[in-house]
Amino acid sequence: MFARKKSPWVMHLPCGGCNGCDIEVVAALTPRYDVERFGVLQKGTPRHADVLLVTGVVTAQVKERLKRTYEMTPNPKFVVAFGSCAIDGDIFRDGYGYAGPLDEVLPVDTYIPGCPPRPEALIDGLNKLLQKVR
Amino acid sequence: MSTIFPIGPFHLALKEAALLKLEVEGERIVGGDIKLGYMHRGIEELATKKSYHSNIFLAERVCGICNTAHSTCYAQTVEALMGIDPPARAGYIRTIVFEAERLQSHLLWFGVGMHEIGYDTAYMYMWMEREHALDMLEAICGKRVNLGINTLGGVRRDITPDKMSFIRTKLDLLERAVRKTGKLIGEDRVVKARVKDVGVLTRDEAKRLCVVGPTARGSGVNIDTRRDDPYAAYPNVEFDVPVEEGGDVLSRTLVRLRELSQSIKIIRQALNDMPGGPIALEELPFPRVGEALGRVEAHRGELVYYIRSDGTNSPERVKIRTPSVVNNNSLIPMMLGETIADAPIILASIDPCFSCTDRVTIVDVRKNKEKTMTLSDLRRGRPA
Repeated sequence: MFARKKSPWVMHLPCGGCNGCDIEVVAALTPRYDVERFGVLQKGTPRHADVLLVTGVVTAQVKERLKRTYEMTPNPKFVVAFGSCAIDGDIFRDGYGYAGPLDEVLPVDTYIPGCPPRPEALIDGLNKLLQKVR
Repeated sequence: MSTIFPIGPFHLALKEAALLKLEVEGERIVGGDIKLGYMHRGIEELATKKSYHSNIFLAERVCGICNTAHSTCYAQTVEALMGIDPPARAGYIRTIVFEAERLQSHLLWFGVGMHEIGYDTAYMYMWMEREHALDMLEAICGKRVNLGINTLGGVRRDITPDKMSFIRTKLDLLERAVRKTGKLIGEDRVVKARVKDVGVLTRDEAKRLCVVGPTARGSGVNIDTRRDDPYAAYPNVEFDVPVEEGGDVLSRTLVRLRELSQSIKIIRQALNDMPGGPIALEELPFPRVGEALGRVEAHRGELVYYIRSDGTNSPERVKIRTPSVVNNNSLIPMMLGETIADAPIILASIDPCFSCTDRVTIVDVRKNKEKTMTLSDLRRGRPA
């Protein structure tokens, strides 16, 4: 558990977003913001991840895959909803592709609102998540 | 006996959800198919429910990386329907933001490209330099991504003299970054070995598949909407359109590299020549009944908006043809005969943007012959 608190490994799950959140997540991982100094590492498979970072609206197509990915992640696991789209659908709420907010699909631990949130917001959100874990 | 090798839908090599099925014999790729649609949000339908004004923000959210390209193209198309011309100063501000966004988009691409060939140090450097372009955009628009600078009949924020000097200092830093990138591509033998003669798209093939943007220019097709059908302030600035003949990943990389310097040149000229006056029209007429077509050169190629108006407050039909839609078709011809290890960099070399693409129906004409792993297999199996 110590390792999880001090070094959470995140997997970034891009759903039906506009890429805006995705590039801000990557910006947070790169030198200007550099969440790696807090031990946050990006992982390519859910089997290695502690935190699932979900961006973008949950579309009808991606909903089942999202559940499946969540099931593949080992316990204990946490879900972060990054951006307004994941939280409530934002501008795409009235579209036919929208399949409901993320917290109806997965249990969400931290919400980071914004369109897109700044990388600082991601750092803050992860910090709050880790406080909660403690 | 060939096997199908699935990549995705969630995979580290992909920034977005997409499923790539590669048919392989040993290490060689002999066929393939792309399954898209995971990001389909129904934007074109959504646009018909919203007013002309709120659609600016919807257009921006088609793609977060090229959001100003989308909102500029949308605004220009609606302005054509309204029969108005935005003030000259607005055109210059649009041009500056457009090119600053191209800078960040291409630097982002260089980062991702370097990451795909396993050169993570360069990836980190590129993204560090990219922050200068984002600082510039933030100074002008107040936001890093999804800028919200365009409005119908002009722009929403002015560039004040102190912002101008800030932009100039950032441009100097970016120019240094471009020189560094050029050195990296030109002198690093390992990088060259990974990208030279890989993923070749011949000129004829490029024309047949109607590819656009740096993908076309990397194959020797000399097209650029900024020069061929100028809009905003492009008629008044001087720039070159870089073209490379090789058709491989290296050529597409070099085209983007030279475009970076051209963008800096365009922004400098636009800052110097910017006329005074208002930045937006005070009053807007109602859009006439009819149709209009607008096109701009987005960072990945030509972007087309078609809008039909029925005289109400919201458009009757909005059709968006994004550059990635046509460029994605060139992926499979590029990958044939290459090894699996080269697949990620070839995929990245066209700078695909699936959030743009997923709004159109891709008709799959290819029948999978041999053993195909179905999606449920994929879910049960290992992530590739």
